[in-house]
Amino acid sequence: MSATDLAIDVTGVTKRFGDKTVVNAIDLSVRRGEIYGFLGPNGSGKTTFIRMLCGLLTPDGGSGTCLGYDLRTQQAEIKRHVGYMTQKFSYYEDLSIRENLDFIARIYAVPDRPAAVQHSLERLGLQNRSHQLAGQLSGGWKQRLALAACLIHSPQLLLLDEPTAGVDPKARREFWDEIHQLAADGLTVLITTHYMDEAERCHRLAYLAYGNLLARGTLAEVLAAAHLTTWSVSGPGLRALAARLRGQPGVEQVVAFGTMLHVSGHDAALLDATRTAASDPDHEWKKINAGLEDVFISLMDAAKDNFA
Amino acid sequence: MSERRFTFHRLWAIVLKEFIQMKRDRVTFAMMVGIPLLQLLMFGYAINSDPRHLPTALRCADQGPFARTFIQAMRTSDYFVIVQDTASEAEVQRLLQVGDVQFVINIPADFSRQLLRGERPSVLIEADATDPAATGPALAAVNALAGSIFNRDLPGPLAKLHGKAGPVDFRIHAHYNPENITQYNVVPGLMGVVLTMTMVIITALAITRERERGTMENLLATPVRPFEVMVGKILPYIAVGYIQVTLILIAARFLFHVPMVGSLPLLYTVALLFIGANLAVGITFSTLAQNQLQAVQMAFFFFLPSILLSGFMFPFRGMPPWAQVVGSCLPNTHFLRIVRGILLKGNGFAEITPELWPLLLFLTVAMSVGVKRYRQTLD
Ligand SMILES: Nc1ncnc2c1ncn2[C@@H]1O[C@H](COP(=O)(O)OP(=O)(O)OP(=O)(O)O)[C@@H](O)[C@H]1O
Ligand SMILES: [Mg+2]
Repeated sequence: MSATDLAIDVTGVTKRFGDKTVVNAIDLSVRRGEIYGFLGPNGSGKTTFIRMLCGLLTPDGGSGTCLGYDLRTQQAEIKRHVGYMTQKFSYYEDLSIRENLDFIARIYAVPDRPAAVQHSLERLGLQNRSHQLAGQLSGGWKQRLALAACLIHSPQLLLLDEPTAGVDPKARREFWDEIHQLAADGLTVLITTHYMDEAERCHRLAYLAYGNLLARGTLAEVLAAAHLTTWSVSGPGLRALAARLRGQPGVEQVVAFGTMLHVSGHDAALLDATRTAASDPDHEWKKINAGLEDVFISLMDAAKDNFA
Repeated sequence: MSERRFTFHRLWAIVLKEFIQMKRDRVTFAMMVGIPLLQLLMFGYAINSDPRHLPTALRCADQGPFARTFIQAMRTSDYFVIVQDTASEAEVQRLLQVGDVQFVINIPADFSRQLLRGERPSVLIEADATDPAATGPALAAVNALAGSIFNRDLPGPLAKLHGKAGPVDFRIHAHYNPENITQYNVVPGLMGVVLTMTMVIITALAITRERERGTMENLLATPVRPFEVMVGKILPYIAVGYIQVTLILIAARFLFHVPMVGSLPLLYTVALLFIGANLAVGITFSTLAQNQLQAVQMAFFFFLPSILLSGFMFPFRGMPPWAQVVGSCLPNTHFLRIVRGILLKGNGFAEITPELWPLLLFLTVAMSVGVKRYRQTLD
């Protein structure tokens, strides 16, 4: 794969705040036109990593390119071609939707600005609200505005930091349809999320915990690499059963999923032995494929032991 | 590539945005106009009032006709109220000390005789000048008084005594504060004070607010340059500064009848430097402050010496050397002199040049510090 096929190509990227390493030697390559999901628990360094990609933070270690521009020396060029949607809404609440878009378009010297603003209003269905102050918008509409604003200068790479936090399911689905459309048009998207269903809509994924990249690849690759065996248990008194199972040999994770319990572990044989010992006529045990959530929680628990 | 260079379209984007935000923030805008008016009324009327009926002690050692005329004239002018007649030396000193009287007037024993002989008798006026604004007009009045009454009283051949020097030699001994501030000083001086106060605070908030609301992160992620942000944020407030200057000048002219001898265009031009200097200070503060409260505190930290050590509150020459050094570093000190020079003395460009270059220097330094301190990243 040649370097020009990669929108993001970084190695060993590290960031420290004081003596705390928040992002630890991360290697990442993202192909052009790809939707790349970035997952990890709170405080794992996702936002920090994205900020380094778009030139807002200077890495303490590592190197690489973003859209072919050097991460350390060509921050100005990177900023020109990247659209960054911050985790917290960061447009002007005392400006109207149109004024916000107009401001951003001016900053980027977008050609034929009025048309570009109008086009982006229409594309996101905001034209009827264009004179409303941004501060008066609901969360979902703010998110639409933010997306419109970071697309207005036709960037080649979109960095979206938890764009769907607090957005209702329908709006989230529309948002993702939009993202897939953009990717189909050739835009590269790096997106962080805490939602598993969204993670499954990405072409590839990376999982970060305590600043370390613990897993990456396509959904299937991530699941396979985890080597996690999961059993689903149904029946009465699941809480008591869960309490009994916790800490048994081979049991690494017991999680309630609705009327079911997911019991997982890496050592399939050991887990099976425990299951046999614990089984009773009331409960039905079924072996299932570990889901992304099971895998991530197990990765997180393991990371806690190693790094925290 | 234009990414690394200053561009006008990005500057203009910031200017427009600031104007819109200013328009939306009605309260702040009202304050920008209200503060100068309020300060004018408070300072202007409180300090400018021409105090009358000042308690006065008299020590008159002469019973002659001229002394009596003089005393009578003082009584009828409403500046003085003679509360003590012919007290002892120790007594009048005590009165002055505790503040029971503002003036002690000592008329010597041979006042009338000396006057007739044309010897310009000395009248010692001791004044409690802790509040010079209170004593100044009264002292001026007593001088005028002597000139006019003795013109009338001195008969034919003695009329030659009205020389330029006046018939009586008033020795004014201003206790506690040797320098007088005339009332005309106050209103022109206010221009610098008002501009310092509002301009620094308003821009100190400008960048801090962006940081506090999180919009800074977005701004930093765009290609906009620090210099463009600074200048873009300064330009709209220069307009506000000019509104304030105009308000104060109008009030000075029509409310306080301050003479305006010099060139107003010159004053407006110099005001640009001063407004710019204060805005740059505010911008610098906002790059240092963590939040808006800190920014306001810093602005006040700058405002206090600007009002106290600039020569607005106290006569500059009366301050100890260290205070004069501090004062000389403040833009307000130089601007005060320029405004008073232009308005009251009719100074032209040549006369104000010595005060102009410190302003220019200050503006350059403050602006460079601001641009340097403005971080392009979040580190
Ligand atoms: N400017 C900073 N100074 C010091 N520590 C910081 C700074 N920014 C982030 N951190 C720390 O770095 C760690 C990673 O933060 P970051 O915001 O990157 O996490 P995140 O993965 O985005 O979390 P979340 O899912 O909650 O958004 C946190 O522990 C945070 O406290
Ligand atoms: Mg984050």
